Formats: sequence, structure tokens, C-alpha cells
Amino acid sequence: MTKPVLGLLLGGILGVFDGLTAYFTPEARSMLLGIVIGSTFKGLVAGLAIGFFSKKVHSVPWGIVFGLAIGLFLAFLVAAMPQPGGKHYYFEIMLPGAIVGAIVGYATQVWRGKKLSTA
Amino acid sequence: MRWLSNATVAHLRRVAEWPDLGATKYRLLGELGRGGMGTVYLAEDTALERRVALKVVATAASAPEAAERMLREARILAGLEHPGIVPVHDAGALPDGRVFYAMKRVDGQRLDALAASVPLPERLRIFRRICEAVAFAHARGVIHRDLKPENVMVGSFGEVLVMDWGVARVLSDPAPTGSPAAGSGASGATAEGTVVGTAGYMAPEQAEGAVASTGPRADVFALGGILAFLLRSEPAAPRALAAIVEKARARQPEDRYATAEELSAEINRYLEGERVLAHSEGVLERAGRVFARYRAAILLIVAYLVVRTLLLIFGRHS
Repeated sequence: MTKPVLGLLLGGILGVFDGLTAYFTPEARSMLLGIVIGSTFKGLVAGLAIGFFSKKVHSVPWGIVFGLAIGLFLAFLVAAMPQPGGKHYYFEIMLPGAIVGAIVGYATQVWRGKKLSTA
Repeated sequence: MRWLSNATVAHLRRVAEWPDLGATKYRLLGELGRGGMGTVYLAEDTALERRVALKVVATAASAPEAAERMLREARILAGLEHPGIVPVHDAGALPDGRVFYAMKRVDGQRLDALAASVPLPERLRIFRRICEAVAFAHARGVIHRDLKPENVMVGSFGEVLVMDWGVARVLSDPAPTGSPAAGSGASGATAEGTVVGTAGYMAPEQAEGAVASTGPRADVFALGGILAFLLRSEPAAPRALAAIVEKARARQPEDRYATAEELSAEINRYLEGERVLAHSEGVLERAGRVFARYRAAILLIVAYLVVRTLLLIFGRHS
């Protein structure tokens, strides 16, 4: 599995779980499906970008920093979208989104992919 | 009349012993070191215009056995083409009949001099390289029999070279029978009962002169000695590494690692934060190792869970 594919998969999976945490916020339960779809899409885009970055830059600290930054940026775009009640949830969306990006950044850096055959 | 100083006399004596390279393509530049079998000189290969190390059989040991042993060492080295084994360029005889061989001149430091100034992970990486070179030699049926920090050179570009294969044993050579005092047979192979090696690094079977049963595991024992030496500067050696040393230096050959590769793999496991097979760790030790290995991932996951929990708690209160 290549780093971009790993980033895509991990970003997508973590995006699903991150979106599902909205279940624990009663006022957001009615929008759960939309939140999960949006969070998954954000995770897929971030994961793909982080995966390509890891392919070019081989550094765990920079991988984490890039993941954090791209996660924060994409989460900001989501948080800035017009909400039905008019209230924006910047902290609630951006903080976890950034950490999820950092996790994907770390994972894609330490991933060694397919081992070379010595035969 | 002025008398010459002791230092001047010693220098003149040394220079008087320098070999005559007149009939060869080498030009003598200085002396690099002395061993029991010969002296290593720094010389210039005038044909290729490069510096080489020239090992010349000692004047006092110019008996045919010594010359044969020197040539045998050169042949063994020539058959071991590996980045971790010093390459031989040439071999021959000087006008005075003394045998010599030319090898790569390694710019660097001996491991015993270098070890204390290098951090532990780097020392372990050097050790792994030594294991790889020794494993290569074993695969070609050659046992070094005198592995010690003094016989390892670390080059200025990080290259690790195992030196001094003078007492190496080729496994296909039958051990000559006869008086141990003879030391070696006409082939240069060591006679049964002869003790070769260095105290402190010699395996028990080697110290007993059991030449026929001195196999790769004797080198594994010596490698364990080198590892113990590399850990000496540590105030408290990690228990996993101490266990590796203990297994490598087991009294019975069958209790040691079967190969240098196995020993190298154990060091690799330690460096990668994996479980070392020679060491049975407790629950806390295991948890500590796993945490150290996945520290960043664990901290990120914990940070995510903490943030989510705090947001949930504060979200309900607001």
C-alpha cells in the first residue's frame, strides 16, 4: 500500500469516527448523517494530501506538522460554512480535525509500505 | 662527544627494520602498527598513485610457517569481498624474501578508541555492521577467531571494517594433528590443541585449544564480548542488551546464538523497540517499551480523546 492510499483510507476511517462523535451532542444528532459524510470527505481530502506530502518529505515531525496544518485548514473551511442556527462551531470542529490530521501525518510517515524483495 | 637520545635510538632501530620496497611498486611512508605476525606500514602505490596499508611479515618471524600464514591471511581476505571486510589489493615477496600484502588504507579510528565518544544507538549500529561482516565470512566458511574492538576500524565516513584475519580458520581445512607447540601445519591451518585468540574474547572451547569444535559460535562469543565492551561506558546497561550479551557469551556453544545474523537481528529488534527474544520482560517493562516505540501515536490519540471529552463536557455546560 502506498502512502497516499494509506492516507486516503486512514483519513476516511478516522473522518467517519470523528463525525460519529457528534452523536454525543444531542443538538447535533438530527444532522448526524450530514456531519459524518462531511467529516469523511474532509478526512479523505486531508489524508490524500498528507499521503502525497509523506511521499515527498521523509520526516515524522514535519509529517505531524503538515497533518496538523491541513487538518486545521480543512476543518476551518467546514466550520466556516453557514450553519442552520447561524452559530459556528470553530473549536468543536477545528481542534479534533487538526489532531486527526496529525495522526494521519504520523501514520503515513512511519508506514514503510511494501518491503523490497531481496531474492 | 654527544650521545644520541633514547628516542632517537629507538627511531633509528625502527627505521632500520623498515622493509626494502625498492623492487616493488610501493614507496614506504611510515609505520601504522605492529602485531605478533607482522608490521603494517603506510605506503604509496606508485602505479595507481594511492595510499595503501602494507602488511609485512615480522623480521623475527620470517620462518616459512609465518610466511605461509601471512599468504593464507591474504588469500582468505581476497575471498571475502564485503564492505565490512578490509579488501586486499596485492600480495608478494620483498627482495629480502619477506612476504607482504597490500590492503586498503582505512582512515579512521579503532573501535576501542572510538567507542566512548559515540552515543549508544550509534555504537549498536556499528556493532550490527560488525555482525554482518562476520556473518558473511561464516557463510563462506571462514571463522575469524580473534574478534575484539582493537580489530575493528571505523572509517571517517562511518564505514566499519573487520581487520586482522591472521588467525582465521577456514572450515574446509582439516585441523592438522600433532604437537600443539607446532602452532600450525604447513598449510597455515592451526593444529589441534593450539590456543589462538585474545583472552576475554575467546570462547571456552577456543581457550581449550579445541580447534575442530571452534566454529561460528566461537565468533558469536567474541561478538558478545565486543557488545559488552560497547556497553561498558553506560552507567546502567539496558536489561535487554545485558540479556543479549549473556546469551552470546554462554559457556556452552549450543546455548549461544547460532549465527552472527541472529545476534544482529536481536540488536535490530532492540533498536526498533521490539521485544528482544533473549530477554523475558515484565508487564511494566513491556508497557514502557511499547510506549517508547509508539510515543507520538499514543500521545496524539490521547490528545484527541482528551479534546473530544472536554468539548463534550463544556458543550453540555454552555
